[in-house]
Amino acid sequence: MNFDDTPQEAAFRATARAWIAANAPKQHEDELRKSSLGRTQLKNANILDVAKAWQKKKADAGWACLHWPKDYGGRGASPIERVIWQQEEGVFGKLSAMFIIGHGMCGPTMMAFAREEHKRKYLPPLASGEKVWCQLFSEPAGGSDVAGLRTRAEKDGDDWVINGQKIWTSGAHYSDYGILLTRTDPNVPKHKGLTMFFLDMKSRGVEVRPIKQANGNSDFNEVYFTNVRIPDHQRLGEVNDGWNVSLTTLMNERMSIGAGVATGFPELFDYCSSLMLDGGPAIEDRSVRSKLANYAVKASGLKYTSMRAISALSRGERPGPENSIGKLVAGSMIQEVAMYALDLQGAAGVVSGPEDAEVAGRFQAMLLRAPGTRVEGGTDEIMRNIIAERVLGLPGDIRVDKDVPFNKIPTKGR
Amino acid sequence: MNFDFSDDQKQQLRDQARKFLGEKCPPKAVRVVLDGKSPYDKELWKGLAEMGFLGVAIPEEFGGAGAGHLELCVIAEEMGRANAPVPFSSTVYLAAEALLIAGSEAQKTKWLPAIASGEAIGTLALFEGTGNPSPKNIKLTASNGLLNGVKKPVPDGAIADFAILAARTGSSGRDSDISLFLVDLKAGGVEAKSLTNLDPTRGQAELTFKNCKAEPLGAAGEGWSILTQVLDRAAVLMAFEQVGGADRALEMGRDYALDRIAFGRPIGSFQAIKHMLADMYVSATLARSNSYYGAWALSTNAAELPEAAAAARISATQAFQHCAKNNIQVHGGMGFTWEFDCHMYYRRANVLALGLGSLSYWEDQLIDRMRKKNAA
Repeated sequence: MNFDDTPQEAAFRATARAWIAANAPKQHEDELRKSSLGRTQLKNANILDVAKAWQKKKADAGWACLHWPKDYGGRGASPIERVIWQQEEGVFGKLSAMFIIGHGMCGPTMMAFAREEHKRKYLPPLASGEKVWCQLFSEPAGGSDVAGLRTRAEKDGDDWVINGQKIWTSGAHYSDYGILLTRTDPNVPKHKGLTMFFLDMKSRGVEVRPIKQANGNSDFNEVYFTNVRIPDHQRLGEVNDGWNVSLTTLMNERMSIGAGVATGFPELFDYCSSLMLDGGPAIEDRSVRSKLANYAVKASGLKYTSMRAISALSRGERPGPENSIGKLVAGSMIQEVAMYALDLQGAAGVVSGPEDAEVAGRFQAMLLRAPGTRVEGGTDEIMRNIIAERVLGLPGDIRVDKDVPFNKIPTKGR
Repeated sequence: MNFDFSDDQKQQLRDQARKFLGEKCPPKAVRVVLDGKSPYDKELWKGLAEMGFLGVAIPEEFGGAGAGHLELCVIAEEMGRANAPVPFSSTVYLAAEALLIAGSEAQKTKWLPAIASGEAIGTLALFEGTGNPSPKNIKLTASNGLLNGVKKPVPDGAIADFAILAARTGSSGRDSDISLFLVDLKAGGVEAKSLTNLDPTRGQAELTFKNCKAEPLGAAGEGWSILTQVLDRAAVLMAFEQVGGADRALEMGRDYALDRIAFGRPIGSFQAIKHMLADMYVSATLARSNSYYGAWALSTNAAELPEAAAAARISATQAFQHCAKNNIQVHGGMGFTWEFDCHMYYRRANVLALGLGSLSYWEDQLIDRMRKKNAA
């Protein structure tokens, strides 16, 4: 047990720190620091441009996708070095938000299943942020039942022809490529007839329609496929083995630990430290202290849980289902934290604009974004099922459609 | 960096402790004490001494194994898992730590080897009725080396050979009014009365001091500052005991959910039960992670110890209470019977939650310490 850097780690940290100090886009530091879940926008610059420029700069100097192999645009760094980088990158790491899906899920899936020439062609520009990737899994009728998807892929010569619709696709409106899960055989049970591909999002027949969310932002999209042709060499894994390929993707999602899930706690602690309440500092109020302490131990518990997971990775262990707790705990916590911060503001909490509200409306923005966190990438309920079944070994939910051919599964309730 | 108890040595120690406690401290042994047939498990206490567990963090020059506090954390977790009915926390986390921090050479030489060998039971007499640790709540006085006043509840106070206690030695209204003393409880001048309590497997007593002779422990006026350090260290060690208990309660609930059939299915296949157990796992995991950080801070005497200790304490208290109460819920009516073991963990969880001061005390400490760090 040792929380201190080894000499090599300290040297790595010093190099990273010096490079960041010399190269980070400092003109945006203050705004990034004040941004929080639901509000990572820059007033006088397009955040996508700023993020891409920072990512490219990192890639050119060997600081992009640290844990990826060098041949594919990474650095071949250890899990601990990745953590050190993230600690040093600090608020500038918030700029990576639009690359998370590509770097955390699409890239590793390509590494596991794409042909070598595709890996060399597509991965370096993904690592450097020049090309953005999205992940096309969810569908309107699917929700948590991912394997219930209906988008069809039919073989036609050397191509596959895709028809159907995806939804909740983060970043599809600025993505260049995507990985796509389709149904290739509806006559077998649902998990057995799926196939994975990657495709150019500019292909003919792909239409992206942004969805306006409850918080007013449009980060997610509907994506429609009308006779979209994908060459067979862009298939990932075997025909009808797409479920296994997607499990690799989801497993790698857990690998994206260490990035640190937002809990809202640091923002709340800062706020309570400066807020005056009934003539005294809020942080001296007994009930405020109790709330803060309870959130503090959740936030630190999550932090050290992910540190433990990284230690396990360093020992060569695979990321396990226990890492599902990060999103589960942080999701509802950030929602509660936002509600509590607004409660402290009293009636003034209803004002939400960045110009008009307390602390630039960060808690109001958090409140309106938080419900999404509890759903995206698996609902709280699915996370609890994963923990109960795969960590604690409890029986799986009863699945009445398990052995039924997909085209015989009922599609409407009542 | 390495954030885990990954050394083979510690794994080995854990396996050894778990095996030993599994054999010597099954639930039926705990019940002997629970039913009032003995104030603590004397055989087990002797065995723990022989295994070297009582002196694991005591330096070799004072008769211990000199292994260190990480090793003690490993043992503490297993003690909690086994719900061991012995005065381990009062003797090892409180009395021994106070001696290590502030004891004179003579005090250490007299008492530490006796603790390590299982010959002496020690305790820390802190509370005087309702209230949290605070210099204001200490009324017992010391003048001319004579103590007068009442301490209650004192953990294991009726079976302890010696007690360390805080007494008022000044009237300035400052923390420096408080000094620590060591009292040989077998030397006379102290009346001990056993108190009925929530968890009979960890006895509580009222100690009445009437012109009782006492020797100072540490410098006069330093009592409160020493006591704070003792409580912080004990908070980390106790957190491991709580994490062990939480894990065991979760395991009991999980096993029952797999065995018990209702409506034609194991109840563990119902989401309501699965999700309750998942939430127990989450609280136990967060507590474990906070405790690991505390263990690191304790074993390296890091500047982060006060904050880490408070976080571990709060998190582990919540986790053990959460897991113990929901373990009963998973068991349904059976969980509420005397015959099932669920209530033993429920009792212990709630007694450990209070023994070093309540949650509100530690919440206060945590926020104070975080503010201090941010201001620095």
